[in-house]
Formats: sequence, structure tokens, C-alpha cells
Amino acid sequence: MSEIILKIENLSKQYRLGTVGTGTLSHDLNRWWHKVRGLEDPFLKIGDVNDRATKGSSDYVWALKDINFEVQKGEVLGIIGKNGAGKSTLLKILSKVTGPSTGSIKSNGRIASLLEVGTGFHPELTGRENIYLNGAILGMTKAEINAKIDEIVSFSGCERYIDTPVKRYSSGMTVRLAFSVAAHLEPDILVIDEVLAVGDAEFQKKAIGKMQDISKGEGRTVLFVSHNMAAVKSLCTRGIVLEQGCIAMDGNVESAVSYYLGGKGIDMLNKVVFDKEFNKEIFHLHGIKLKNVGSSENEPIVEDKEIELITDISFKTKDFHRFSLTYHMVNELGEVMFSFFDKHNKLKLAQGKNEIKCIIPKSFLQSGNFSLTLFIVEDKRRSIFSERDIVQFTVVNGHRDLGVYMGREPGYITPTFIWKS
Amino acid sequence: MNKKATDSNEWLFEITPKNKLFSLNLKEVWQYRDLLFLFVKRDVVTVYKQTILGPLWYLIQPLFTSVIFTIIFNNVAGIDTGTVPPFLFNLAGVTSWNYFKECLTATSDTFKANAGLFGKVYFPRMIMPLSIVVSNLIKFGIQLSVFIGFYIFYVMKGMPIVPNTLLIAYPLLILIMAMLGLGLGMIISSMVTKYRDLTFLVSFGVQLLMYVSAVMYPMALVKEKLADYAWVVEFNPMAHIIETSRYMLLNDGSLSWNGIGYSVACTVIIFLIGVVIFNRTEKSFIDTV
Repeated sequence: MSEIILKIENLSKQYRLGTVGTGTLSHDLNRWWHKVRGLEDPFLKIGDVNDRATKGSSDYVWALKDINFEVQKGEVLGIIGKNGAGKSTLLKILSKVTGPSTGSIKSNGRIASLLEVGTGFHPELTGRENIYLNGAILGMTKAEINAKIDEIVSFSGCERYIDTPVKRYSSGMTVRLAFSVAAHLEPDILVIDEVLAVGDAEFQKKAIGKMQDISKGEGRTVLFVSHNMAAVKSLCTRGIVLEQGCIAMDGNVESAVSYYLGGKGIDMLNKVVFDKEFNKEIFHLHGIKLKNVGSSENEPIVEDKEIELITDISFKTKDFHRFSLTYHMVNELGEVMFSFFDKHNKLKLAQGKNEIKCIIPKSFLQSGNFSLTLFIVEDKRRSIFSERDIVQFTVVNGHRDLGVYMGREPGYITPTFIWKS
Repeated sequence: MNKKATDSNEWLFEITPKNKLFSLNLKEVWQYRDLLFLFVKRDVVTVYKQTILGPLWYLIQPLFTSVIFTIIFNNVAGIDTGTVPPFLFNLAGVTSWNYFKECLTATSDTFKANAGLFGKVYFPRMIMPLSIVVSNLIKFGIQLSVFIGFYIFYVMKGMPIVPNTLLIAYPLLILIMAMLGLGLGMIISSMVTKYRDLTFLVSFGVQLLMYVSAVMYPMALVKEKLADYAWVVEFNPMAHIIETSRYMLLNDGSLSWNGIGYSVACTVIIFLIGVVIFNRTEKSFIDTV
């Protein structure tokens, strides 16, 4: 089982920024002159770390810098990272679309890549002809396609249109046909870019299901790039986080996703600490934080675990029992979705410091960004204090069963109701 | 297999920064032969989709060109084509020239025209120019059959035309033309990825090249009338090829073994240079195109 099928050593890729113009020729000549004298390419020594936000000093950047990793046979490796972290460059080099600047990739199997579905589809050709053409482009021989053509056609669900030119297809049908060709590839190593971003819910389910078969059932090695953390978590066994062209984290998929979401990956507030801002006559609000029950506050909040809302507040008056908290849950559009307060359970408050906890049930909030508005209410009647957007937090995808829809449902909450038949 | 065994350089595939100088990689091209034929099929089938005259367009273009050449160069300018009817003389030249021209212009656009495809998936890039050469061969075959039709027509009319016995070597000549077009096209296509200037040069240069390639006049005529500038034509490998093709098809003009030897040598050199440059470019062109 521990057979290494893919080995990447010191892989780097340099890009030149700006437009290709007159400077190109002089650089080319310089390069050539170094080469004639048997020297190294002078431009490979310079170059900045690839951070698209800051202005660099050099025209050259490293899209990838000294990448090293090994993949074992049957492993499903998820590659995650921000835009511009080098994911696509890595996939391009793996699929031989472009060459590395330095380093090497060694593999013990045929690599097929799926950077796009329907590459090379010709609108004038019929569905059947395009299956052959696309299959051949992806590296299948005619005999292999012949053996699978019926399977491909029925998987696509386009039997009726199969002898009609593809230009008459709806865009969804084209994607279905293209994906079913790709799904029937049988390489030793499959490299997949975000192909799951296309198609409707039904199709996504089918696509994920097929990917599961490929990786689990047939024991193939898969390298999978996606921004859909639900899909990555569910499919992959191992994760690599790329940051500015370097590997920032390599480990099991759970920790890779947490690292990505919790680290510099996204802006994560999830808590506020106040010093003097809300030090009022009656109370002093110290801070508010949200986290999953049983997790640390530095980890991202996932949707499929209970969420704890902790309010740190001190009451300075003896009449503390007259006060209570009310929150409004606000969505990304600034609309109040609902309000919640301690209706039935009489909270045991104390004079002085209180840590008030409110548990939001698991799988109630969907992934997304939310904010809370806090009200402090006197005698359950009159609001003595209110602050909009007092804390903002982000809920991320949790683990989902394979074969189910990996996208986001419409709306903001997914309450659990009782279903009977 | 344990880990040590895999580490001992027993890798099936390797991706490194540079290709070897002459890695033509025929084995890989052979593995993808089905793709080559599918590309050829695609090119042939789809070019004239939704046209009324369809493949007839293959015939119309050389016929009209030959008619115009006959009027301008033979009737107006008075170029003498000997015993061969001027129209047939021109048709022979135009047919051969067209094949070379199509190979050259289409292959020289390989990287630019297919950037979208090449940017998404890997297959031996050489498949693309090869498929162009092969699909143009089919087009050339159709045009050649028109030539044969007119040939028979003129023979029936009692014209004294006979092919040379060297006609059996004609396929070899086509091969040389294909190689020359392919080689030159590969060189240009590789350079076009970085320097777009060449696109303009090709469309215009090919037209100029035709005038020094003995397409509408016999080579002997240039030597006789423009002795000072005849070297331009003499140094042009295509001129010898066109002249030889007419010699084979119509038994007209002369066969210069030196000339044909020179052309073959040029072709081989240009083809090899083309392969080397193409191989060097295919790895990284997607970054510059």
C-alpha cells in the first residue's frame, strides 16, 4: 500500500510579469549568452515571492517555489489555497501543459488531467464524434473509447441527442457529455481542477459520486483542487495548503482545512474583546466570542457542530436580575433573520462577572458570514443598550456524506424538522 | 514493492524543465495516432459545414487561380510554356504550390490557434502540425484529381503531353514539400508565440515567395531573361520542387539533379531545425503566448 506513485522534487515555476515587449528580446539574448558560456540562467536567481497584493521590486515572481511532496498509491490528495497561491500552476505542471523552471516530477503511472471539461469539443461535430475526439485528446485510444461508448452515453443522459451536433445542445448537456467522457478515463493518477463548480445539484451529486468510485472503489490516485471545503473534506484523505507558492501545511485533510480556514486563509473574527467602550453605569461588556462546543476559539466554526455564543459581561448594580440579553442574527445582506433571548430558562446571573453561554444547535446555521446585534433589556420591556454588528463570525462547511450535494442550499439556516411518513 | 525499490530511479515518467534536443518522441506520437486521425477527420468534415458548395470550394480556388494566371502571364505577358497548354502548366504549378502553402500557413499558426486547447490538456504537440499536413494531403488529393481530369481532357483533344517516367517518384516530391512546409511552419509557429510580428510576415511573405518559386513560369525563362537575379529563384528550394513536379507530370522543363539535391538538403535541415525549436517551445509556450 505504501507505494509512492508520484514524487515532486524542488519544483519551482517562475513567471515574468508585465507585458511581453521589447525587453523580452534583450532578456532572451542575455539568457542565450549565459547558456552558450555554460552558465545558469541569470533570471532564475532573482524573483519575488508571489504575493499579488504587494508591489514587488522585480519583474519576475515565483508562482511555485521549492515544492516537495510525495503521493502514495490510492491516496486522494486535496490541494487548497487562496487565489494565486499556485494551485493551478502546480496542476498545469503536473498535467504537462507547461514545464517547470527547475525541479522535477517523477511518476510511476500515467497522469491524466481534467483542468476543464469538454476540452476540444467541436460545435459542428455530433455528440458521438465529440466523445471520440475528446476522449482521444484526454489520452484514450479509439479501442478504449469503443469499449466504453455505451457506458459514456448512458452516464451522460444524452442518448437522444447523441447524433446531433453539439452546437444544438444546451450548455448543461454539453457539460454532462464532457464530464461523462472524463469520468471514464482510466489513468493511474487523475488530476482534477474545480470541475465540480459546474452543473446543477443533481449533476454535482453524480460527479462527486463518480469521483468517489474512482478513488475509493478503483483505488486510483487523485489530486484534487477545489475551493469547496465540503467536497475536499469528504473526498480527500490528505491535504496540502499552498501559500504564496510554498507548501504551508501538509497533513491529514481535517487539519489542512482548519489551517486554511483558520490561518491567513480567510478573515476570521468570531470574537471581540472590549476594553472601555462598553463600560457603562450599569454593566461592563468585556467581550463576545463564538466557537464550536469542544473546540478552541482559534479554530474555524463548522456548521455541523454545536456553536457556543459566549458573552462576557459584569453587572455593577444590585438589580442585575432585572436585565437580560437579546441578540438579533443578521445575515450578509444586513437583514435581521431572527432574534433570540433567554425565554424559558431563567439565567442565574450574578453581580460582578458573568459568562453567559448560548448554544446554537448543530446544523442550524448554514455556512456563511453572520453578525449579531446585542440588546441589553431591562425588565424584559425596555432596551437600555443596543449595538449593531457587535460581533461578526463565519461558519464554514462541515463534513458531508459522500454522494450528497456539496454545494450550498439557498437561504441561511437549515433547521432540523421532524419528518414522518 | 517497498519504498527503497521505488527510490532507485525506476520511474516510468519524468517531467523536467527542459526537453532533450532531439526528443522527437515518435513513440508517444504513435500512441496518440488515433487523435491524429480524429483531428484530420475533424478538419476535413467541419471546414465546409453549412456551405452550399461544400468541398467544391477545394476545387474552385486552384481553378480560378490558374485561369487568372493563364490570362495574365500567358495571354497578356506572353510567357511561353512550350508544347504544354498554359492552363495545364499553371494548374500543375498551383496545385503543388497550394499544398506547400497550406502546410506552411496552417502549421505556422499551431501554437497561437490552439492556445486554448494546449493550455488545458497535454498530448504530444507535434500531433497538431502533423494532422494539418495530413488533412491538407486529402485536400491536395482532390485538387490533383481535378488536374488529372483536365490532363485527360487535353490528351483527348490530341495535345502531345505525356508524363515522365519519373512520375513514380512524385509521392516522394510531395513528401519533401510536406516536410519543408512543416519544418518552416514549426519554426515560425514557435517564434510567433513570443514575437507576433511574424504573423504578418507569413501571410505576406508566402505571397512573395510564390513569385520566386517558378509557379507560373519555367525556371529556364528566368535564367534567360533575368540572368542577374536568377539566383533568387535558384536558391529557393521550392522553385526546384515546383519545376521538378512539372517535369514529372508534364515532361516539361528540365530536371536539375543539383537543384533537387539542394532542395532535399535544405528541407532536411529546415525540418530538423523545426523539430528542435518546436520541442523547445512546446514546454513553456503557454506562458508567453
